[in-house]
Amino acid sequence: MDEITKHFLNNNRRQFIKKLGVGLGGLAVASMTDPLSFLGGQKKVAQNILPENALHFAPKAKRIIYLFQSGGPSQLELFDYKPLLSKMRGQDLPDSIRQGQRLTGMTAGQEKFPLVGSQFKFNQYGESRAWMSELMPHTSKIVDELCFVKSVHTDAINHDPAITFFQTGSQQTGRPSMGSWFSYGLGSLNDNLPTFSVLLSRGTGRPVAQPLYSRLWGNGFLSSLHQGVQFRSGKDPVLYLKNPESISKTDRRLMLDYMGELNMKQEAEFGDPEISSRLSQYEMAYRMQTSVPETMNVDDEPDYIFDMYGEDSRKPGTYAANCLLARRLAERDVRFIQLYHMGWDQHGDLPGDIKNQSKDVDQATAALINDLKQRGLLDDTLVIWGGEFGRTNYCQGTMTDTNYGRDHHPKCFTMFMAGGGVKPGFTYGETDDFGYNITKDPVHVHDIQATIMHLMGVDHTKLTYKHQGRRFRLTDVGGHVVNDILT
Amino acid sequence: MKRKHIILTLWFIVPLIVLLCIRYLWQTSNSEYVSIPHSGNQLEAGKVASAQKLPDSVDFIFHIKPILSDRCFLCHGPDAGTREAGLRLDTETGAFAAIGESLDRHAIIPGQPEKSQLILRINEANPEKIMPPKSSNLTLSDYEKKLFTKWVEQGAKYKQHWAFEAPKAVTVPEINNPNWGTNEIDHFIAKRLELEGLKPSEEASKEKLIRKLYFDLTGLPPSIDDIDAFLSDDSSNAYEKVVDKLLTSSAYAERMAADWLDLSRYGDTHGYQEDYERTMWPWRDWVISAFNKNLPYNKFVTWQIAGDLLPNASLEQVVATGFNRNHKITQEGGVIEEEYRVEYVMDRTGTTAKAFLGLTMECARCHDHKYDPISQKEFFGFYSFFNKVKEKGVIGFKEIPEPKIEITQKEVDEVLAFINMPDSISKLGLMVMRDDAAHRKTYLLNRGVYDAPNKAEEILPHTPKSVLPFTEQYPKNRLGLAEWLFDEKNPLTARVAVNRMWQQIFGVGIVSTSDDFGNQGALPSHPKLLDWLAITFMEEEWDMKKMYKRMVMSSAYRQTSKVTPKLLQIDPDNKFLARSSRSRLTSEMIRDNMLAVSGLLVNKIGGPSVKPYQPKGLWQETSSGVEGVLLKYIPDKGENKYRRSLYTFWKRTVPPPAMLIFDSPTRDLCEVKRQKTNTPLQALVMMNDPQLMEASKNLAKTILKDTSKNEVEKIKYVFRKITSRYPDEDELGKLRNYLNDLRSKHKLNNQETELTKNTETKNIVSKDLRIYTNLISLIFNLDEAIVKG
Repeated sequence: MDEITKHFLNNNRRQFIKKLGVGLGGLAVASMTDPLSFLGGQKKVAQNILPENALHFAPKAKRIIYLFQSGGPSQLELFDYKPLLSKMRGQDLPDSIRQGQRLTGMTAGQEKFPLVGSQFKFNQYGESRAWMSELMPHTSKIVDELCFVKSVHTDAINHDPAITFFQTGSQQTGRPSMGSWFSYGLGSLNDNLPTFSVLLSRGTGRPVAQPLYSRLWGNGFLSSLHQGVQFRSGKDPVLYLKNPESISKTDRRLMLDYMGELNMKQEAEFGDPEISSRLSQYEMAYRMQTSVPETMNVDDEPDYIFDMYGEDSRKPGTYAANCLLARRLAERDVRFIQLYHMGWDQHGDLPGDIKNQSKDVDQATAALINDLKQRGLLDDTLVIWGGEFGRTNYCQGTMTDTNYGRDHHPKCFTMFMAGGGVKPGFTYGETDDFGYNITKDPVHVHDIQATIMHLMGVDHTKLTYKHQGRRFRLTDVGGHVVNDILT
Repeated sequence: MKRKHIILTLWFIVPLIVLLCIRYLWQTSNSEYVSIPHSGNQLEAGKVASAQKLPDSVDFIFHIKPILSDRCFLCHGPDAGTREAGLRLDTETGAFAAIGESLDRHAIIPGQPEKSQLILRINEANPEKIMPPKSSNLTLSDYEKKLFTKWVEQGAKYKQHWAFEAPKAVTVPEINNPNWGTNEIDHFIAKRLELEGLKPSEEASKEKLIRKLYFDLTGLPPSIDDIDAFLSDDSSNAYEKVVDKLLTSSAYAERMAADWLDLSRYGDTHGYQEDYERTMWPWRDWVISAFNKNLPYNKFVTWQIAGDLLPNASLEQVVATGFNRNHKITQEGGVIEEEYRVEYVMDRTGTTAKAFLGLTMECARCHDHKYDPISQKEFFGFYSFFNKVKEKGVIGFKEIPEPKIEITQKEVDEVLAFINMPDSISKLGLMVMRDDAAHRKTYLLNRGVYDAPNKAEEILPHTPKSVLPFTEQYPKNRLGLAEWLFDEKNPLTARVAVNRMWQQIFGVGIVSTSDDFGNQGALPSHPKLLDWLAITFMEEEWDMKKMYKRMVMSSAYRQTSKVTPKLLQIDPDNKFLARSSRSRLTSEMIRDNMLAVSGLLVNKIGGPSVKPYQPKGLWQETSSGVEGVLLKYIPDKGENKYRRSLYTFWKRTVPPPAMLIFDSPTRDLCEVKRQKTNTPLQALVMMNDPQLMEASKNLAKTILKDTSKNEVEKIKYVFRKITSRYPDEDELGKLRNYLNDLRSKHKLNNQETELTKNTETKNIVSKDLRIYTNLISLIFNLDEAIVKG
């Protein structure tokens, strides 16, 4: 194979296709006539080539910032105003409402299910008159940017299966995370940062939080090229990114140049195209060594930005700092930016804990959305806020005048989205006065996933990956696009 | 612009050549099944084939069933629950039966495509009526439609799925070239190459060969002494001597155990939530010892599946059953016990089917299998073998889940000598299998859900009858299952095993989908060879070492991996084996290689898992913060930092990152095949992993101490240590230039300075130590250093 073909195959195919102007339809042709992927199976295909069926319609969003609230935030204290619960405080949840819903092992032994209303006040805000609790004063100011879905429901009632379900479409482990699907299906928008970036933060709501697992951002059966890459605070923001102290940047360049020469000799001798492919991965790694620290370094942010995101945003590793980083990643066209904020699992001491936890996220979330907007990025960035399930309308554990807790509730909870293609200032779905069942427009987890994919231009039934004989997809065998929330 | 023209031209010419080659291939290969490209993701095989000539004789297994299964079975296959229009195409009876409301139509009428609904519907012009329907997102190419038509014309003959028929005795084929080939394997390979008009490649250089052999059999590189001994041995059996030596080494057992840990989803933690630590390493030590003493595969597996049920089961046989307790176990407080207990039984069911039968049995959990003849009832028949364990769904901190055994130091001394028990431990608790919930009945779970048992009918242990009926002769327990697996009439067990061994040695299995021998799996590239190997394996009483030896002794294995552009185009995946495969080392091998060549490796077998370097903070970031759990990764000190990678502590919710980056599976579930990717994160590990820097520095120190060698000799030495060969003049020149560039860059003079006594990795003081460390790190990063072949 001559140098030009090789170069083209390994490095340049997308630009080439772009220049040819064949667009997406042409990609199918291109991959069909690619002499390497032709019979080469997944190995080659997975690296640089989009699946031919990836984009199915014009996308509304180019990138996603998913603010995952791990542990299950209480919709009843935050978004879903249910005055009846305060009126009926202490009374048992009627069986007619519970309708045999299964319970977690934590409240299965409880004799009574005393209803308890929010200790926090609710008000309506904005032109959209959206209900918001006093726990979210900053977010309350931007409700006209937000699209609330109050009728989300899930199949799982415990954390591990529920969070896995949200991320991968299956309660059992082993399937790719949503970000991996987008990386696989849509490829990268830039050539010096990972397509699927992950940021973690620990809440102040509960010192002992639900743990996370790295498989939540795992690639499952997709190529590990699509795994989420964790961005961490500290000296080594991406694992193994930093050169050892004895090796400077120019040393590294020198090493790569010599390595390239020596490797090309090997390729000439053995004819293995993996060798130049590996070289291009080293070049990407080298670019990341500059681009990642540059992205993570917030020194160039003016004070008013930190003021906007809140004081926490100056502390690396906090949710607020991560929100600011999310904006920086979005600016650099990272396709899928996933935050996880731990600590929403408030079984007891809910009033105190949720206050702190809300404070962690309220200002920074609002700032992120405002900031994206003022930079013109909100139009094609989809921001998603939500946890893996909601919380019960009855108290778990002891109830006092000032204290109570809530167990996991899968049958209804609230999420909100903003930007890229969702209706601003809009509320969708309703729950009953007990905040226990959905009364209008239920939205299943698979529906949320289908809708997110739709906004990115992907038909969720068509982005599939054949593994062990079966075509898998993010939405498994379900999912309907919630058309009513689309612009 | 000119360049683009060339590219464009190439893009049209190259596929044309390939198509011509395929056409040739298709025409000449009717005598034997040929594997079709197993993809289905981006490129449907049919599209590739669109310009081909139809075969003279259309074969059901080779041509038709792969398409039927892939595009039709979802609605017209084994699953009665979702079958459309009452039509099933997976059986002859179903396909030929009368259909339609008035039973006046037939999907297939042999010899009459014009009257066959299948042919009419796939050619239907009306988009609302065409099959497969638009909503399925599946299509048939023109070529595939023509194939179907011709097949029906020729009588629409159905055949049993190849993998469900027991392998038949095969005669070793005669070949034309008497000068090539060492053993029977080569006859099968050569026969196929003759059919394809290809020739085998020359033998690899002795250095390349010994390097590949060492990695394949031991997971470690050859030492320079090993290489020299082999190079200077001119005897005709020089190579065989090395093979025999390696097969008796304990490193062989460790290398094979490493792969077995993937299959067994081994971990050092329970894998959910707080992810508490568990002690299963004594079981891992048993696996190593079993490979070491070459326990026959049938016993190796029987002990793991049913060691406890063997007559007068020994303690060792009970320890082996830990295999089926390697699944994850939750500690999440709110979990419903039964939901998770069922999940553990499901895991054993799926693992056993995948590992030993190459079946995707778990697909029949919620409904009949969509592609393979496995009913949901049969799934639960298989499930019931594993459903008698008295176990909890949720466990507590520091709890060793029942059933368990306690192993004392005395027992280790007397009967379990393979367990490397540290002196600091007086007894060990180990999970094992025990059917002490004999009263528990198995019912089919509707939709596979734990709380929806169909209590109308108890399901007794049995197996899918399409594989081999579970007749009265077998006890209705796990021991019966093991007997059934190793019944010589079982069509899958031996094939699946030799195929996986082939995958270990040749890079890709004869059936490339080593995890799926069902209808959706790939066809074998060399079906007769597969059967011959399977039968031989059984005849030789499941002797694994003998089988590995046969594979590595073959001339096919010993070929060079050099590939011409022409051959690369004809056979990019190296299915025909006209060359050796060049493949990247596994995650374990990459690190073990660094440790071995730099002199850091500590060769100690077994014992508790160890904690080598890992980037700081990874465990804390995700952990709950609950006291007492694995909150913080504290790297080991001393020799435990330098043990082979199969001993690295496996925390399942945060597995060792460098190993994951190099495609180790997460060990959440059984895996029998690893990905082989090439990513920027791998480049980062290779450039910056402290382990690699330490290894580079250690080797630099060793070489700098050797004052008898001049610079050229030093470079040659380290290059050879890492790549197993000498650099040529050009390479040597480049490496010298690199050293000089480093020197001038750092304004260093050419004199070697004295080594400092400071051994901290971070603090490289000596100037030459620094540049040699860089040089060595460069060599470690060469492509050649992380591939074999």
